[in-house]
Amino acid sequence: MITFMNNSDSEEEPCNERTSLMSAESPPVPSYQDGLQASEAGEVQAHRKRRAGSSRGPNNIAGGEMSGSGVPVRESAPENEEEELTLKYGAKHVIMLFVPVTLCMIVVVATIKSVRFYTEKNGQLIYTPFSEDTPSVGQRLLNSVLNTIIMISVIIVMTVFLVLLYKYRCYKFIHGWLILSSLMLLFLFTYIYLGEVLKTYNVAMDYPTLFLVIWNFGAVGMICIHWKGPLQLQQAYLIMISALMALVFIKYLPEWSAWVILGAISIYDLMAVLCPKGPLRMLVETAQERNEPIFPALIYSSAMMWTVGMAKPDTAGRGPSQQTWDTAEDGREHHRSPSHAHSQMSETRSPVPTRPVTSLEELEEEERGVKLGLGDFIFYSVLVGKAAATASGDWNTTLACFVAILIGLCLTLLLLAVFKKALPALPISITFGLIFYFSTDNLVRPFMDTLASHQLYI
Amino acid sequence: PAFGLFLFTIARDPLRIIILIAGAFFWLVSLLLSSLIWFIAVKVSDPQDERLQKGLLIFGVMFSVLLQEAFRFLYYKLLRKAIEGLVALSEDGCSPISIQQMAYVAGVGFGLMSGAFSMINLLADALGPGTVGIHGDSQLYFLTSAFMTMVLIFLHTFWGILFFHGCEHRRWWEIAAVVVMHLTVSGSSFCNPLYVGSLVPSYMLMAAAAAWAYLLSGGSAQNLRRFLLCKF
Repeated sequence: MITFMNNSDSEEEPCNERTSLMSAESPPVPSYQDGLQASEAGEVQAHRKRRAGSSRGPNNIAGGEMSGSGVPVRESAPENEEEELTLKYGAKHVIMLFVPVTLCMIVVVATIKSVRFYTEKNGQLIYTPFSEDTPSVGQRLLNSVLNTIIMISVIIVMTVFLVLLYKYRCYKFIHGWLILSSLMLLFLFTYIYLGEVLKTYNVAMDYPTLFLVIWNFGAVGMICIHWKGPLQLQQAYLIMISALMALVFIKYLPEWSAWVILGAISIYDLMAVLCPKGPLRMLVETAQERNEPIFPALIYSSAMMWTVGMAKPDTAGRGPSQQTWDTAEDGREHHRSPSHAHSQMSETRSPVPTRPVTSLEELEEEERGVKLGLGDFIFYSVLVGKAAATASGDWNTTLACFVAILIGLCLTLLLLAVFKKALPALPISITFGLIFYFSTDNLVRPFMDTLASHQLYI
Repeated sequence: PAFGLFLFTIARDPLRIIILIAGAFFWLVSLLLSSLIWFIAVKVSDPQDERLQKGLLIFGVMFSVLLQEAFRFLYYKLLRKAIEGLVALSEDGCSPISIQQMAYVAGVGFGLMSGAFSMINLLADALGPGTVGIHGDSQLYFLTSAFMTMVLIFLHTFWGILFFHGCEHRRWWEIAAVVVMHLTVSGSSFCNPLYVGSLVPSYMLMAAAAAWAYLLSGGSAQNLRRFLLCKF
């Protein structure tokens, strides 16, 4: 499955880098991998995270709803009931994705604005060897393009590696990789982040307390993400991790390279998910064939545990969940994109062992959620964080990019509902975000500044 | 207050949130286009000429107002199509959200975005050190900005309702009235820093628009009295 695969991909990349830097095997957690590797070498590995994103819309439901706006009336009659039900919950799904993306962006922007560390240039990752401190514009452009090419090729290699691993069922390797990278991410990056935040606010903390806090945070995080845990907690951890990765990226990617990389990654995402031979697509399809869920560490699931209100008695544990997964799988298509929006939520990921058997339609409807790959989170946050860090228009630009990304997400989910396949979540949002960033920074800012200085209102 | 409106009336229903964000997006696009026009005009003209610059600014503001209303119209069209889709897809044949609610939410979206863009840099600067009006400008800069922004947000909300209602019932004079009101409010802000000239008319216009929108939405003096009596 694409969504599934995507995650692995991202992990793959970090792994490669990791193995070159360290001898440890990293689990196929692309997102984490990136971060981990970066921490290893002080470089950021963005690719992985990216790959982790593919969006999948609610598969079973006829995709008409999504935001409920302008959904064309189509589908033949037999699907109408499904669609109607979908429509009701479609808007809910969009909101379920809005909230975590917004939270992630808020965390990143708040950190960027307050902690000085993340806006200082302290060197670059090994993935972007070309510096941007060159005297001429052409040289700088060339360097950033070269940086981008290197980064994208690393990502591609990692993705392909992950897909191959998955195809040949080297699950242990993938798991190990994922666990290792998430370990690194959770401990090392959190340590650095906490240190910087404490420095900024001039709060003293002694090492034993620090150790205790980080140990608890990391241990609970590992359990939550890879095993069972309350859904809210898992979501919170995934958001934290994406924010940390995004911060590392913002810090270590030079200016122009960051923008070119963002653009190139959306294109790559588009191709990787939609082309028949694309690695992400193969990942999702393979996972679908095998009826397996995608690795939990790579995808954000918005599945709600709505089983509380169910009248139907719960059958035990994993069984029903698997069943749900299967039945859900049958009808769906996944949209792939670096961020997977997987509508089959529950699956094994949800730690709800008491999923009732999905014979009730409402049950299925309610339990259905949308999955978004972590890579998408990360790149959205990178865009908004960069806007906050480097734009001179400050909050206006940040706000504009934020709205643009949300609208892109809406449109993507709408398309997801229409096509019912895994779709890339990055291209539309990032395109809107980039357009709005550059135009707001250059066009709107002087206009608004002049208006504000004369206190005119439009 | 606008944010409170958002929390109480919109945050519950996901569909409304989406409409809100889309409304904000449309306002943003209109702002983008109008600033593009202004930017080109400024670049083409002579930067030294003070009067010309001011004239261009006024032109930019008027143009932006017109563009905003045009985008409000476009948004209305989009929402009409959306309602048709929603109705077709809903179970019992009626849309989960009425056009009036949409009008309200769209207005709030426009208003929030315009308010945010007007105020947020001001707020960020207000956190830092400094004295207001040190160069002989008015000392009430922040206060008046805050009030002006609030009145503008409310006005956008009411204009949204009026505008959509006018489009629904094909009463062109209502739409024209909204456009004229918008132009008046923006124009009155040209009187700044003579705050009397801008704030007072704006508030009066807002009260008028509020009453009009209330009546259009089906309220009446009786409802108002009942509501007040029930609560107190």
